[in-house]
Amino acid sequence: MATTATVHAHAAPQGFIRKYIFSLDHKIIGLQYYFLALVAVFVGMFLSLLMRIHLIWPTAVLPLVGEIKPETYLSLLTMHGTIMVFFVLTTAPQSGFGNYFLPIQIGAPDMAFPVLNMLSFWTTFLAFVAMIAAFFVSGGAPLHGWTGYAPLSALPSAGPGEQLGADLWVISIAIFCVASLMGALNFITTLLDLRAKGMTLFRLPLTCWAWFVTAILALLAFGVLLSAGILLLLDRNLGTSFYVPLVVVNGTVMGHKGGSPLLWQHLFWFFGHPEVYIAILPGMGVASQVLSTFARKPIFGYKAMVYAIMAIGLLGFTVWGHHMFMSGMSPYSAFAFSIMTMAIGVPSAIKTFNWLGTLHKARIRFHSPMLFAIGFVSLFVSGGLSGPFLAQPVLDIPLHDTYFVVGHFHLIMGVAAIFGIFAATYYWFPKMFGRMMNESLGRIHFWVTLVGTYAIFMPMHYLGMAGHPRRYSQLTELAYLHDLIPVQQFMTYAAFITIGFQFVFVFNLFWSMFKGPKASDNPWEATTLEWTTATPPPHDNFGGHTPVVNHGPYEYSVPGAPRDYVMQTDPVTATAH
Amino acid sequence: MGLALLVVIWLITFFSTYFFAAKTWWLPHGASTSAPWIDHQFGLTYIAMGVVFVAAQGALGLFAWQYRDRGSASKVEYSHGNTKLEVLWTALTAILFIGLNLMGSKVWADERFEPAKADAIPVEVTGMQFAWYFRYAGNDGKFGGTNPKLVDPSAGSESAIGLDTSDPAAKDDVVVGTMYLPVNREVNLTLRAEDVIHSFFVPAMRFKQDAVPGLAIHMHFTPTETGDYEIACAELCGLGHYKMHGMLKVVSQDDFDKWLASREAEK
Ligand code: HEM
Ligand SMILES: [Cu+2]
Ligand SMILES: [Cu+2]
Repeated sequence: MATTATVHAHAAPQGFIRKYIFSLDHKIIGLQYYFLALVAVFVGMFLSLLMRIHLIWPTAVLPLVGEIKPETYLSLLTMHGTIMVFFVLTTAPQSGFGNYFLPIQIGAPDMAFPVLNMLSFWTTFLAFVAMIAAFFVSGGAPLHGWTGYAPLSALPSAGPGEQLGADLWVISIAIFCVASLMGALNFITTLLDLRAKGMTLFRLPLTCWAWFVTAILALLAFGVLLSAGILLLLDRNLGTSFYVPLVVVNGTVMGHKGGSPLLWQHLFWFFGHPEVYIAILPGMGVASQVLSTFARKPIFGYKAMVYAIMAIGLLGFTVWGHHMFMSGMSPYSAFAFSIMTMAIGVPSAIKTFNWLGTLHKARIRFHSPMLFAIGFVSLFVSGGLSGPFLAQPVLDIPLHDTYFVVGHFHLIMGVAAIFGIFAATYYWFPKMFGRMMNESLGRIHFWVTLVGTYAIFMPMHYLGMAGHPRRYSQLTELAYLHDLIPVQQFMTYAAFITIGFQFVFVFNLFWSMFKGPKASDNPWEATTLEWTTATPPPHDNFGGHTPVVNHGPYEYSVPGAPRDYVMQTDPVTATAH
Repeated sequence: MGLALLVVIWLITFFSTYFFAAKTWWLPHGASTSAPWIDHQFGLTYIAMGVVFVAAQGALGLFAWQYRDRGSASKVEYSHGNTKLEVLWTALTAILFIGLNLMGSKVWADERFEPAKADAIPVEVTGMQFAWYFRYAGNDGKFGGTNPKLVDPSAGSESAIGLDTSDPAAKDDVVVGTMYLPVNREVNLTLRAEDVIHSFFVPAMRFKQDAVPGLAIHMHFTPTETGDYEIACAELCGLGHYKMHGMLKVVSQDDFDKWLASREAEK
């Protein structure tokens, strides 16, 4: 059971370097992850804008970047996808917010292993540097896509960018895997061992459940990706043949023999599918937390939510084959994978119903975090419902590897998760920085981003139905794509506007950090432990005392209670759970 | 704010659904035996998901407006949920999702569990950076051998796939860059790739299958209408992926026989 932490009653460090750079404080480390992700998301967005420009003005010569050649487009594509998935969606929601708030929400003074925590951040940072370096080596960044299918990714002669750039790409991912494994161990141990007195598992905020299950997924998935990456490096550099059979590239017989291209796909997607849940589960946790807080109502079906998170985690490891229906894998196994995929839709649907249930008969306060949480639900529904199309092998015949897929995963994994990050930022900013963010700017940011992302990503479904393949750098070769160019133009304009308005967010973030009105300890009148401590929290989180938990996490509008919320540490009463 | 959410979410829902329902962009015209089946399953899934989509987004917008904070006038229901409802919608979604899935599986089974018919015409498709080649077995009905060492993409179609011309069975093999097929006759495909993975995608035939180096993948389909249909590559294969396209010409059996004979004569 939960024990009170006595692991490291270390004093707050003084020097700048120990305090802000090589910090052992989970809060500082959380912020470091967050700002790393912020840099990464702007790099990723910039790359996507270049792609969108190239798609509709293929001959444009851009300042700084020059002319975008077909191979440049594919490098942008690869780096955009990789940076977004690893350095944004895996980094901010889990490592960033999880690091900052998991210990506080369970009433612990720090993570279980602070040194390991610091190491995992700096390892992640190293991975990011290696990834960015791929742009600058000769040949440039790889063009094999974020999925890096072999043999394309295994043969340096298969295209520009497949030389040193591709090595750096694999190395960066391998380093990232190591960092994630360290982080995952830390999260799991912390949650299991450092909970405050009274913080039973079923009193954990849903954010903690989400971070916990995500950490377990990360532990199981990144190990596999690490091994797969090492084998790929061996194939590339030492002439082994794990993934490459006898092939002839442009008339030259390569020295490989007997490898299996499908092996890479199995290993990659064994990681890759759980990875999409790693990206979205923390967002689901945040959405639940924020919806309940601003609806002033207990979360609908708390236990069902917990079981749904567990079910998603478990089933998430049984569905990887749905990415491979067209790969040449046995058509019989497609049956199994497709049934499991439909099954995983069920807990996801439960979560949606419960969010709607939470809003039903509520008293909703529309602050920026709530707007983004509602946006999250909308996007999760839209992105989720294209899943059952792609989960059916027969429908995957026309839809696989078309823009339909690009629309699907951007809505559910990309934008929904980003909305989770925004909701979390607006929600926890007062706690992290002691000041409030500007509400009007928050609203402007919300409306443009909501409408803008729908305008960018919904039309992708139409393109996909019409048979538009993904990863095409030019739309002029296939005749049937010509009619679709206006849709592509529309998406590019929408991307310009949406991306432009993200600077409103950045401005709000930094301006409020220094100039925002001072925040009280509990500005949202919320119930969980982070709102019981000072703003921002002291080095040991609770200023020398350890909280004792008496209530569940979402006790809002309890009849007979003096206020419309009962904090987790409030004394026991007859009414609240 | 609640009203604004209702309006915006409903508008988004309306426009998204409109372009689907109006079929402004829809699956391209299908011209194979499996097309009607696949399209039917697509339509079914579309209706089921469309209903859920409209209902969920509709409720989200409605609740945002209806349950906005109206000061002391709004009463919050203190409830931790409802197990009966929970079980009900879990069961309903499970039935809907799994049911849809099972309905679609017949087409999949027909296409992929059964081998091609005996009278199907064998065609070998080879993908390489960045072209498709099609090989017809000729009068002997047998494909001759190929040899990786003989591959030379700069020396014409036969050398592109490394055809071993010393093999007697290869003598009458025809290798071309445009695919011809007789209408209403099944084609027995063998898909190969020389260098990296490509994917043979013919939207009008509702056909897609990766061509994987080291594997010979057997598939079959039956075109039902004559005409020209574009072939695309659907798997990222390198810098020329976007231009790796080809043409499928579906013609009458007579025209097909004439075409093949003239190719044989040219050799
Ligand atoms: C700023 C808004 C964004 C825009 C305009 C955008 C645009 C694009 C475009 C044009 C492509 C290439 C499609 C193709 O040619 O096949 C793409 C691919 C991709 N995007 Fe985004 N994207 C955005 C945000 C995101 C986010 C937030 C994520 C996080 C998951 C993401 C993840 C990916 C991935 C994984 C790919 C696939 C890369 C590949 O095919 O290897 N994108 N995006
Ligand atoms: Cu998946
Ligand atoms: Cu290709």
